[in-house]
Amino acid sequence: MTLTNADVARLADLARLDLTPEELSVMAGQLDVILDAVASVSEVAGDDVPPSSHALDLTNVFRVDEVHQSLSPEAALKMAPAVEDGRFRVPRILGE
Amino acid sequence: MTSLIHATAAELADLLSTGVVSSEEVTRAHLDQIADVDGEVHAYLYVDSDRALDTARQVDRKRQQGEQLGRLAGVPVGLKDAFTYMGAPTTCGSKILEGWYPPYNATVTQKLIDADMIILGKTNMDEFAMGSSTENSAYGPTCNPWDLHRIPGGSGGGSAAALASFQAPLTIGSDTGGSIRQPAAVTGTVGVKPTYGAASRYGLVAMASSLDQPGPCARNVMDAALLHEVICGHDPKDSTSINAEVPNVVAAAATKDVRGLKIGIVKELGGEGYEPEVLARFREAIDLLANAGAEIHEVSCPHFPAALGAYYLIMPSEVSSNLARFDAMRYGLRVGDDGSTSTEQVMRTTRGAGFGAEVKRRIILGTYALSSGYYDAYYGSAQKVRTLIIRDFTQAFETVDVLMSPTSPTTAFTIGERANDPIAMYKADLCTIPTNLAGNAAMSIPAGLGDNSMPVGVQIMAPPQGDDRLYRVGGALEALLQDKWGGPLLGTLAKEAR
Repeated sequence: MTLTNADVARLADLARLDLTPEELSVMAGQLDVILDAVASVSEVAGDDVPPSSHALDLTNVFRVDEVHQSLSPEAALKMAPAVEDGRFRVPRILGE
Repeated sequence: MTSLIHATAAELADLLSTGVVSSEEVTRAHLDQIADVDGEVHAYLYVDSDRALDTARQVDRKRQQGEQLGRLAGVPVGLKDAFTYMGAPTTCGSKILEGWYPPYNATVTQKLIDADMIILGKTNMDEFAMGSSTENSAYGPTCNPWDLHRIPGGSGGGSAAALASFQAPLTIGSDTGGSIRQPAAVTGTVGVKPTYGAASRYGLVAMASSLDQPGPCARNVMDAALLHEVICGHDPKDSTSINAEVPNVVAAAATKDVRGLKIGIVKELGGEGYEPEVLARFREAIDLLANAGAEIHEVSCPHFPAALGAYYLIMPSEVSSNLARFDAMRYGLRVGDDGSTSTEQVMRTTRGAGFGAEVKRRIILGTYALSSGYYDAYYGSAQKVRTLIIRDFTQAFETVDVLMSPTSPTTAFTIGERANDPIAMYKADLCTIPTNLAGNAAMSIPAGLGDNSMPVGVQIMAPPQGDDRLYRVGGALEALLQDKWGGPLLGTLAKEAR
């Protein structure tokens, strides 16, 4: 398994994560080593073994449908990077 | 009387309830110690002095007025910076959350407040709890109080170092692959990862949600039990919270009796790659338990060697999903928003600037393991291995009551030693990871020192909801070891500090 810088760049793109050229090449090498170390995982379990996504047997949990005090708009917006008219202000979304 | 900073939490609780000392005095003693030594240790990211003293005075007043208070009322505690605490910055060791004040309290935090405990401040950690050395903190590493050139473990190195340098009698940690137990082992302290779901994850900044578990850190087993009792219990705000009674860990810690108890030694957790001194201390601990009447069995958990690989696929997969929330839109850092840049580019720039190297590495690894074409080979296979690990534990617990192993293959390494070798760093959690994958309970307690005079820890593992067994074995072993040593392992550090 060899990950190229281009492979890592594509993954960084999927993860919405800017990496510098130096970070890309260091990481490509390190990820190769890590993937080599974990590769044998695919050889351990046979087809008859079911996957576990979780340690516990999870069942859906419902709560009583009661009205509770929730976060006020002021509290929710207090740590926002930008606010406008009582809302989160985000950068440009549509292509111009 | 031992000085207030060297006393156990249980001793402090007794001194407080009998009115011998006030919480203000106890709190001030710890704040003074922080001022004296934390410049060197760097266990805390934030010290909440004024509020801690205010709260202490309030608790003293309540006590004077004859209010019924909890056992740990007025006792100080340090909180890992992964837990939200209103009025204090919560950074999770990351630049992306620098200066963020959370709008709500974590359930664990609220339980400490409701128990009238005094939160001293927020302790240092690897960024988003990713690491085994606290070197990945964006705010600089924590140093091991036994040797300041060595790592205090991680991710909860701050919580462990605060205990070992007497800057808090109790601290809170969170454990995803060993982040409570490995720091405990390398600092000569006690750390417990309760059964998954025992303590609420609400308000714990998520790393890998199917593995994360809050737990108590202390200098002895009884103190850990008292804190365990405070922070555990059902929470409707966490859908994976266990809705059952918390096992009686305080009573279990007091029994000090292992007669007839069946202890399994995990064959796969030892041998090559383990420091001889670590194995020697482990063997001595087992011999003490055998002499005290425990039955020792060798047990095989054949799939444990695959646990590390499975963990390093499952955990990054969950990380890559969980950390998508840091998108620069609603809170935290925002970089490059100059009015002309797109939302998506601002996300990329911010995440690139705000996350450290290890976090980026795991996001990319997780994105890869989950990506189309690789999902079955990586994430899918890892989930199957997880099933096999759970089965290994289930089978082992059919014949023994608890399992034991070293906590970590080595004692504390030096700062910088493994910084550029991710695999060597990951191996620090070789023995602790299986428990997170299977969701059962585990504890690390000090077992002595290695050749380098650095602490060695031993791990006790119990079935899900068998947390009381950890405390029974841990309490008994601690008493046997302290008889041999003539006092607690940390006593040597306490003497040096005086």
